[in-house]
Parts: sequence; C-alpha cells; structure tokens
Amino acid sequence: MSVLSPVAAVGRSTLALVAALGRLAIFVGNTLSHLVRPPFYWREFLTQLMFIGYFSLPVVGLTTLFTGGALALQIYAGGARFNAEAVVPQIVALGMVRELGPVLGGLMVAGRVSAAIAAEIGTMKVTEQIDALVTLSTNPMKYLTVPRVLAATIALPFLAAVGNTIGIMGGYLVAVTRLDFNGATYVQTTVNFLQADDVISGLVKAAVFGFIVATMGCYHGMRSGRGAQGVGRATTDAVVSASVLILASNFLLTGLFFTE
Amino acid sequence: MIELRDVHKAFGPKQVLRGVNLTIDRGESMVIIGGSGTGKSVALKCILGLVTPDSGQILLDGEDVTKARSSRERDAFLARFGMLFQGGALFDSMTVWENVAFRLMRGSLKRPKDEAREIAIEKLRRVGLTPDVADQFPAELSGGMQKRVGLARAIAAEPEIIFFDEPTTGLDPIMSGVINELIREIVVEMGATAMTITHDMTSVRAIADKVAMLHGGTIHWTGPVSGMDSADDPYLRQFITGSAEGPIESVR
Repeated sequence: MSVLSPVAAVGRSTLALVAALGRLAIFVGNTLSHLVRPPFYWREFLTQLMFIGYFSLPVVGLTTLFTGGALALQIYAGGARFNAEAVVPQIVALGMVRELGPVLGGLMVAGRVSAAIAAEIGTMKVTEQIDALVTLSTNPMKYLTVPRVLAATIALPFLAAVGNTIGIMGGYLVAVTRLDFNGATYVQTTVNFLQADDVISGLVKAAVFGFIVATMGCYHGMRSGRGAQGVGRATTDAVVSASVLILASNFLLTGLFFTE
Repeated sequence: MIELRDVHKAFGPKQVLRGVNLTIDRGESMVIIGGSGTGKSVALKCILGLVTPDSGQILLDGEDVTKARSSRERDAFLARFGMLFQGGALFDSMTVWENVAFRLMRGSLKRPKDEAREIAIEKLRRVGLTPDVADQFPAELSGGMQKRVGLARAIAAEPEIIFFDEPTTGLDPIMSGVINELIREIVVEMGATAMTITHDMTSVRAIADKVAMLHGGTIHWTGPVSGMDSADDPYLRQFITGSAEGPIESVR
C-alpha cells in the first residue's frame, strides 16, 4: 500500500460522483427533450396518473393525519411553557402547508412509487423487454420515462393539497377533542392566518418532489444490473436517492422562497 | 442483404467481437452457433442498433445502419425487422393479444383496435395457439406458449427479416421440435430472411440454410448446413459432437 492510496481513494470517489451526476444530468435532459417531442403516450400517462396519484391517497392521508395530530399535541405542550397554547391552529397550519404536507407526501410517495417504478423498469430491462420495445419501434424514454415523470410531477401537488387538508384536520381533531379548543374558532383562525404564498410554495415544492421521485425510479430502473440482485439494488438506490434529494431540494427551495 | 464488415465491440476491457465478417443473402436462413458468451447475441444486437459497435460497418441493402439517422428513418428501418427474444420478453402488463399487436397499435403501422386484434388472433392461430389465450396475461402461460406468443409478435407486422435469439433454450425436446418446425415453416412461407442464434444442434439442422460459427470474437467457419458434418475444422467438429476434448477450452 502506497502513502498516496488514501488520496487516490478520495480521487476515485470524487470522479465516480461527478460521473454519476453527469449521467443523471444527461438522463434528465433526455427526458425533457422527449417530453416536448411527439409521440406522447396518453394511455400510459393516465395509467401512471392513477397509480401515482390516486392510489397514493391512503398512504399520504394517513401519514399527514397522524402528523397533524402529533403536531398539535407538541405545539400545545411547548407553547404552554410561555403561555402561548393558543397558537396551535396557526403553527399546525403553517407547518403542514409549508413543510410537512409536501415533504411527508414526497417521502411516502418516494417509498411507494420510486421503488415500484425502479423494480418494474429494472425487471423489464433484465428480461429484455426494454430491447423488445426498441425493436418494436417504440422509444423506452418516451414510452416509460416521460409518462411516469409527467404524471408524478402533476400528481404530487394534488396529493400535497389533500395531505395539507387532512393534516390540518388531524390537528383540529386533537385540539377540539383533547385540548379544549373551540371548533369554529380553530377553523376560523386557520383560514385567517394562512396566506396564498404559504400554500403555493408548498405545492411548488411538491411538484419538484414528484419530478424527483419518478426520475429517480426511472433512472435507477434503466441502469439496473443483471438478475434479481441488480433489480433489488436499483430499487434501494431509487428510494434512497429520491428521499435524500427530496430533503436536500426542500432545504434549497425553502431558502429560495422564505429568505428575503 | 445484411453484411457485417470487420465489426468490433468491447465491453470495458473485455473484447467480445474482434472483427466479425458475415454476409446473409435475401431469403436465406443463417444460423450462428458458438459457445455461451462468445458474443452471438452482441452481434445480433449490433445489427438492430441495440448495441453500438466500436468499429466496422453493418450494411443493410448496401446502406450503413450504424450511422446516426433521424427517428423516422430509424422507425422505417426497425419496421423491417421482427425479433424473438430468448426469454420471450413479453410485456407482462399487457394481455397476450396486446403484446402480439403492439406494433400495430402505435407508430407508423397503427391501425384500428379491432383490426389489430383480429390480426393478432390470426397470428396466434398461425403459431398454434387458440383464440382463448388472447385475453390472458403472459405470466399465466407455460414457457412453450410464451415462446409461441413471442413468435407471433415477431411476425405480426410481416417483417422482411426475422431474428431468433436461442429459440429453443429452456424448452423440452418435443416443444423444441415444434418451435423449430414452426420457425422453418414461417420463414419459408413468408419468404423472410432469418438469422438465428443457438447452441442447440438439433435446431441448427432443422432451421438453417447456412451456418456460421462464432469463436474468439470472429466467424471461425461458415458454409451450408449440408457441409457442416464433412468440414474438417477441429473447432466446428468439437462443437457439433459436444466433445470435452478439443481445441476449445472448457472450464471444468
């Protein structure tokens, strides 16, 4: 082992990282260029919209319901330390709409959808179905990637909007049943407090997360190695990278939206 | 009709094709034999553009197909081909008839759904399947039936050239015989040019007009199937007889 081998190792992993970023950038560029050129596969798009959007509703709804409830309890307990229990409706609403609705929705969909997309496309690659598509004059990027990416980008804001509403409702239920809040006042306070910017910024975030979720699923699926192990690895990579990218981009977007 | 000229392809440090030269005439059934991992599939995928060769030319009717072309030209090029994949490569999210009619429902060959379904059922019948499998999913079928569906999909759009990638791998001897016979019949009746990859010698004798043996990244021997047994090439001899002793090294 030479003295320089730690340096070489750093160099190797840096190069690998840059190469991976380059591949990803090319993949995203490719996806976008196929998005704007015909043909567009409507049936695939609608199927994906159904799968990514509609069938994710229970997961997102349950997650945000419980989170909204827990948030109300936490804020009440924390607020009580300086006699500010009354801020529960405002903070629950702000927390859900700006952060937790989109982020939790994005993470849950990353688990459900990225994994499913990577496993499906990875299996298609391993069993030569992707090659078969090409020989049947169908571009896999257009037929598989574009519908999924577009469907997720459109579906996620709607999921986040539903998640926001259910999360606020979770806070409301806990506040009214356990913390002696007046129901009508709670709703009134929430509605008066929230501004359009709060809601819109959250929905924009959700759209970005949707793009990330589907892109990561497709990217890792298309690059899947051989065999069951290859597909398993692609699935794991898709979920992990989608989750990390969601949290990182959330930080960047929050900085962009809310710092003057 | 198809000509490979000095085609090279490497994957990383691994040289798979080291100058393949091969000519396939119109209406001819060419079978490429060779051990596992000798690059038979790679050669075939190079022709279809699924793999880009590092150097060399691949000519179809005298035109180099490895050059970059517009998507319309590529579409027209691919429309001339049909391919039966090794594992069938059926789309498991679609029913059998949608698989067979895939090419007939989109792109330049698009036609109404009813008509596409009718053609699909006719092609299924041609490969010996009854119309009731049309609405089943590929996963519900046996291996032999999946191969037949793959065959029906390959011939659905009446291609001029059909590729068969190890058509009998994983099938019992009787089903292999049936598939070989079907391939022979269909190729003759459509007047198609065929290229088959296999290491099943029964298959070779049933399907081939001409045989080419790929070894060490080049075409080691080529000639008519009738000359195969009398050839005195030691590599070919060993492959035909399946002997462990000979110039081809085997890993034990």
